[in-house]
Amino acid sequence: MSEVKIEKLCKSYGPVEVLKDIDLTVEDGSFVVLVGPSGCGKSTLLRSIAGLEPVNSGNMTIGGKQVNDLPPAQREIAMVFQSYALYPHMDVYNNMAFGLKFAKTPKAEIDARVNEAARILQLEPLLKRRPRELSGGQRQRVAIGRAIVRKPQVFLFDEPLSNLDAALRINTRVEIAKLHKMLKATIMYVTHDQVEAMTLADKIVVMNNGRVEQAGRPLELYYKPNNLFVAGFIGSPAMNFLPAQVKKGGTLALSDGQELKATLPSSCKTGDSVTLGFRPEHMTLGGTGNFALTGTVDIIERLGESGFAHVRLPSGQTIIAEVRGDPRTSSGQSAKLTFNAENLHIFNAEGRRLG
Amino acid sequence: MRKPASAIAVHGILILYTALALFPIILVIMNSFKARKAIFGAPLALPTPSTFSLIGYDKVFGDSSIVSYYLNSITATGGTIFFTLLFGAMAAWALTEYKFRWNTLLTLFLAVGIMVPIRLGSVAIIQLIVELNLINTLTALILVYTAQNLPLSIFILSEFIAQIPKDLREAGRCDGLSEYSIFFYIVLPLIRPAMATVAVFTMIPVWNDLWFPLLLAPTGGKQTITLGIQQFLGQYITDWNAVLSALSTAIIPVLILYVVFSRQLIRGLTSGAVK
Ligand SMILES: Nc1ncnc2c1ncn2[C@@H]1O[C@H](COP(=O)(O)OP(=O)(O)OP(=O)(O)O)[C@@H](O)[C@H]1O
Ligand SMILES: [Mg+2]
Repeated sequence: MSEVKIEKLCKSYGPVEVLKDIDLTVEDGSFVVLVGPSGCGKSTLLRSIAGLEPVNSGNMTIGGKQVNDLPPAQREIAMVFQSYALYPHMDVYNNMAFGLKFAKTPKAEIDARVNEAARILQLEPLLKRRPRELSGGQRQRVAIGRAIVRKPQVFLFDEPLSNLDAALRINTRVEIAKLHKMLKATIMYVTHDQVEAMTLADKIVVMNNGRVEQAGRPLELYYKPNNLFVAGFIGSPAMNFLPAQVKKGGTLALSDGQELKATLPSSCKTGDSVTLGFRPEHMTLGGTGNFALTGTVDIIERLGESGFAHVRLPSGQTIIAEVRGDPRTSSGQSAKLTFNAENLHIFNAEGRRLG
Repeated sequence: MRKPASAIAVHGILILYTALALFPIILVIMNSFKARKAIFGAPLALPTPSTFSLIGYDKVFGDSSIVSYYLNSITATGGTIFFTLLFGAMAAWALTEYKFRWNTLLTLFLAVGIMVPIRLGSVAIIQLIVELNLINTLTALILVYTAQNLPLSIFILSEFIAQIPKDLREAGRCDGLSEYSIFFYIVLPLIRPAMATVAVFTMIPVWNDLWFPLLLAPTGGKQTITLGIQQFLGQYITDWNAVLSALSTAIIPVLILYVVFSRQLIRGLTSGAVK
């Protein structure tokens, strides 16, 4: 069992609260991805779990053992740093074996573990090289190898792929997914990349400003975001938001006077101000749907198979809609955007999801 | 590419400076191989078969006390280098890595130590050494020299330690290293070039120093070579053969140490220790 349980974790640097009442459970063997804007405390959370950073209050258990006061080495974690942090003065073999040597592991056992990791990560021909003689991707694999040989309960990855180029990143992402399957390891993983988060995660944790905004399965966050922040953060390009008012008879009036008819959740009362959210990929240009918005096309970004139309509504707001194929519409023309009622998200004045 | 004219000018200046710096040394070495008469007769002439003589070297190595003065110098210099590097690096590590209450104050205190010449405190140092019963010992010299060299070495080593990425130390912590192990197995190997630099500039003034040996270990067989040579400089007659030979041989140990350290220095620079 290597479940990670975090309860009411608080951490501040001087007067600045960086983590506020974090509650989080990482199930045994699951892959949890932490996402959030820069500076929201993802690295700090990871480092607190690793024991590299003292916390102010709260409780952390790893595999049922309370680890609050244990040094990093005794927490049975392995951390993979963004900068890889390989020891520059040691060859690949010793980089991986270093921690084991200090743990007084028998020589034969060290050899076996390092060779096993090297085999898994295809590092066998590189064992005698120094880190500076390796490419970025190879260094990354050594860093992962160094984590594997320690047989930790939990792997902690802090943006491990952000220094790689796009092609290599996709490759390594797949490798990490395979590795997770094979080792059945518990993994906590910080990333800025939406695709990494959606594809790798069993559970995504969205953080903002030192708090957990929502934690759940990737599609759950995508289809049922708890609040405006999560709705805007998950998905790319971001969800469109429009303010609206609930009118008599369950219609929604936009600020420019357009009215949308929808089946509203019971918690909506007449006169409430709400925010409507709908994703670019759920809108079509000129198609049919329950709802329609009309505006002027500002610009169309064409990516080939699909593209994004930036459409300005009469109220002045811009919304983005995905377009398929090669639409005839060009800048300056008026366009009708349609979407279906089931893809509409409604948030109350506090930004909480309704319904 | 630089313009040839300015390249020639730069090289010219450097060659001139080198010649100027080497001239006295060459003069000393040259004359150490000549007979007394020839030293005074034609000091600038190279030794010829008729003027060649090893009498100075005979005297120096025939005198067993001179050999032990060499050993004293080597011990004092070696000990000073060792302790300066060890304590300098440890203090630098502590001052850069750990946040504690008096951190800034301590750093400032050490910076002041760089600016105040230790010789100003000679009288107090003598008193202290006498109290400690360390007069005429090499321990006294090593202690004083280490104190003299620590501030600047801490200053330089701190700069280098601060450049070691934080992740590296934390990777060490995750690997289960104690703070001492992190220092010895990760930090020290990475600042080797800086330590070589510190070693070189610690070594030369210590080896050449006459002041503290004269004050703290003037007798009792614990003289250093620079002091030991003074026995050949008499009030009425000076044994120039012996003095020049002793001076010439005194160059060798520092030269060897310098070669060792500078090799480290260059290896460290070319291997790109940290990145
Ligand atoms: N040593 C420190 N001293 C003071 N404040 C710090 C320190 N380290 C981090 N912080 C602050 O803590 C907050 C969270 O930092 P953290 O590194 O956890 O962000 P992050 O979510 O990992 O961001 P990024 O995505 O950019 O890596 C930031 O506001 C940062 O300024
Ligand atoms: Mg970070």
